[in-house]
Amino acid sequence: MRAVDAIMECLKAEGVDVVFGYPGGANLPTYDAFYDAGIHHVLVRHEAGAGHAAEGYAKATGKVGVAFGTSGPGATNLVTPIMDAMMDSVPVVFFTGQVRTELLGTDGFQEADTIGITMPAVKHSFLITDPREIPRTIHEAFHIAGTGRPGPVVVDLPMDLTKADIPYEPVTDVQLPGYQPRTAGNAKQIRQAARALAAARRPVFYTGGGVISAGAHEALRDLVRDGGFPITSTLMGLGAYPAPDPQWLGMLGMHGTRAANYAVDEADLLVAIGCRFDDRVTGKLSEFAPRAKYIHIDVDPAEISKNIPAHIPIVGDAKLILPKLLEEYRTLDADKSRMDAWWQRIHTWQDRHPLTYEPGENGEIKPQQVIQAIYNVTGGEAIISSDVGQHQMWAAQYFHYPEPRRWINSGGLGTMGFGLPAAIGAQMGMPDMLNVVVTGDGSIQMNIQELATIRQEGIPVKVVILNNGYLGMVRQWQELFWNERYSSVDMQTFGGEEAFPDFVKLADAYGIRGLRLTESASLEDDLRAAFEAEGPAFIDVRVTRDEKVYPMIAPGEAARNMVG
Amino acid sequence: MVDTNELLSLDDLHAAGSVRSGRKHVLSVLVENKPGVLTRVSGLFTRRGFNIDTLSVGPTDDERISRITLTLDGASQPIDQVTKQLHKLINVLKIKDLQPSETVARELALFKVSCDPQTRSEIRELAEVFRGKIVDIGKKSIIAEITGERSKIEAFEKLVRPYGLVEMIRTGEVAISRGREET
Ligand SMILES: Cc1cc2nc3c(=O)[nH]c(=O)nc-3n(C[C@H](O)[C@H](O)[C@H](O)COP(=O)(O)OP(=O)(O)OC[C@H]3O[C@@H](n4cnc5c(N)ncnc54)[C@H](O)[C@@H]3O)c2cc1C
Ligand SMILES: Cc1ncc(C[n+]2csc(CCOP(=O)(O)OP(=O)(O)O)c2C)c(N)n1
Ligand SMILES: [Mg+2]
Repeated sequence: MRAVDAIMECLKAEGVDVVFGYPGGANLPTYDAFYDAGIHHVLVRHEAGAGHAAEGYAKATGKVGVAFGTSGPGATNLVTPIMDAMMDSVPVVFFTGQVRTELLGTDGFQEADTIGITMPAVKHSFLITDPREIPRTIHEAFHIAGTGRPGPVVVDLPMDLTKADIPYEPVTDVQLPGYQPRTAGNAKQIRQAARALAAARRPVFYTGGGVISAGAHEALRDLVRDGGFPITSTLMGLGAYPAPDPQWLGMLGMHGTRAANYAVDEADLLVAIGCRFDDRVTGKLSEFAPRAKYIHIDVDPAEISKNIPAHIPIVGDAKLILPKLLEEYRTLDADKSRMDAWWQRIHTWQDRHPLTYEPGENGEIKPQQVIQAIYNVTGGEAIISSDVGQHQMWAAQYFHYPEPRRWINSGGLGTMGFGLPAAIGAQMGMPDMLNVVVTGDGSIQMNIQELATIRQEGIPVKVVILNNGYLGMVRQWQELFWNERYSSVDMQTFGGEEAFPDFVKLADAYGIRGLRLTESASLEDDLRAAFEAEGPAFIDVRVTRDEKVYPMIAPGEAARNMVG
Repeated sequence: MVDTNELLSLDDLHAAGSVRSGRKHVLSVLVENKPGVLTRVSGLFTRRGFNIDTLSVGPTDDERISRITLTLDGASQPIDQVTKQLHKLINVLKIKDLQPSETVARELALFKVSCDPQTRSEIRELAEVFRGKIVDIGKKSIIAEITGERSKIEAFEKLVRPYGLVEMIRTGEVAISRGREET
């Protein structure tokens, strides 16, 4: 069998039905195999689009995403999504073409040292040196990408080897002696954690993206509800615990709610699950939850005590650990009233500091209002893919995510241009869900070419641009911390005749329905109509230009000094 | 018997991890003998800002496995983070943080020292005291080979420096645990 046909067999054995990619010289053999392999290959318009689409697919479905690119520039165009997947622990296998083995190291045409370039950005990578290794390597790659702490794996395929004939036999086992992620969780530590929970008077659950990748949301909900605990989450963990809910405090961190941040500040016990104490969450490390003891549950031992030493570390899979923790906690028969005063204090913060904004004047549309409108129109029943900037924060604050895998965004790397291709992947993975992209006038232009992919594939995503004519998030920082010296942030996408590009015309050029919304009063109805109409929509919403994301913990500050 | 239902006091909980040990550590790391493994290890150290004092790589009795011996300063970096991050590399099979008292560690160094007919014999005598060998003698220089723990090599270096140390090369330490058990 041709090695490339074996690749197709391996993909099918892994349950892959859709991949995202772009062909070129060095992966011609692979594309020849795609011709009639029966795997849906989505032709993107830039390899970054392929990578982010594979991420979106993985985030929406929980399955391993797959992206293909050719050698040299194809591979280097994949570097951003690879790093993005690394930072956000997204399971994706990236297949890159490579020059013939005899050309390796000679600066051959379209040669790039893909393994070297991507080394600090991958969970693992493989350079194929013998075509007979290909099937086993592919299964190892999927196994590594999808288990333990998920992440990106690169498989670099020299062209001559993919053309070789190999004996193909399905591989049913993987042998990776150096890779055995711990999953069960130490029983003694779990018991200790239950006892600490029972003793705590001011506990807070702080959960993250790991709860979602673990599929541990049901177990989390059971535990939090059973115990009556307050819960907050990182940007990456939204939806694991349903919002809105009486026990839900909202997101924590730089743009989290006051209730969440103040609760963490005064907590006596922090229960951190599948989260990594990122600086956007902790602010000044020494001031983060200064009165608390820490339980930290994470599948990656290196995350535990990396930034803040944990008092009760538990290494393992949250999905296995949380039910045991609940079981142990129940045996302790803890008295809920011990948290009465704590809840009262939290309610005071919630009442005093709800998320809010000044309504727009003269019919102007406020960006926060757009997110609220999307929520009202969809009733929360949509997958929201976001880009990076102010709009991302508003989408995190004002849309209440009722389920996991409904909120897809780039948190760790903060990659502008992520949203649109990610939504393509999410839609391919969840064809029956309404998929909405929340983006900015800056971000959308970073991968706008993917509108062509949407058109070609008939992907019905609804793109909502919160058009403020600015690189708004950067502008906000220049306003607050750089004396209002607005340097290179005006995008000129807003205003009258001079504004460019005209997003409506642009959509039209791609054969996609484009519309512009400027009326606050009809915003919700207009969005509803656009969402209900069949097929994709590209919606340019003109919003207040100089709105800022609040509240905010200034960088390096303590949570209790939040502003706004 | 202790009542396991007894409530624990949160005050009794103490944080562990990320502490600086304040001493030198020798890590013996078994890795798969595959291309690029050393780059992965050294790249990890650069990326995470960990400082390696010495690093040496060599084959083991199993041709599929190599051993990397690293020495690091536990005063300037958290060794548990270093080992945890190393463990995440798929090609890393086993890591042992060798206890100094239960470890035999050796390094080999070659010293090229300037000499004249008179100092030549002095240097030879020094090398003898250190149980070293003279491996090359020229008119104006002499090469001594010294094996031992780092402190011994450094002591020798101090002694020959005044004669004019032309060049020195050291292998970095290799180490093996005492007793029957495998390292
Ligand atoms: C403009 C901007 C503003 C931001 N502002 C904020 C903010 O205000 N608040 C905020 O929270 N973030 C914010 N972020 C995001 C922030 O940068 C981080 O990406 C985010 O906080 C990290 O989320 P996390 O801790 O949940 O970790 P993730 O990156 O989601 O990591 C998941 C963790 O779970 C672990 N894990 C994986 N699988 C399992 C399993 N099966 N069992 C147990 N553990 C598992 C992993 O080992 C890892 O430690 C912002 C980002 C941008 C771009
Ligand atoms: C690839 C990339 N380049 C630069 C940045 C820095 N950056 C973060 S937010 C932002 C502005 C985003 O502008 P826009 O998409 O219009 O969103 P807004 O903040 O206006 O809602 C920039 C430039 C980034 N995150 N990613
Ligand atoms: Mg903008």
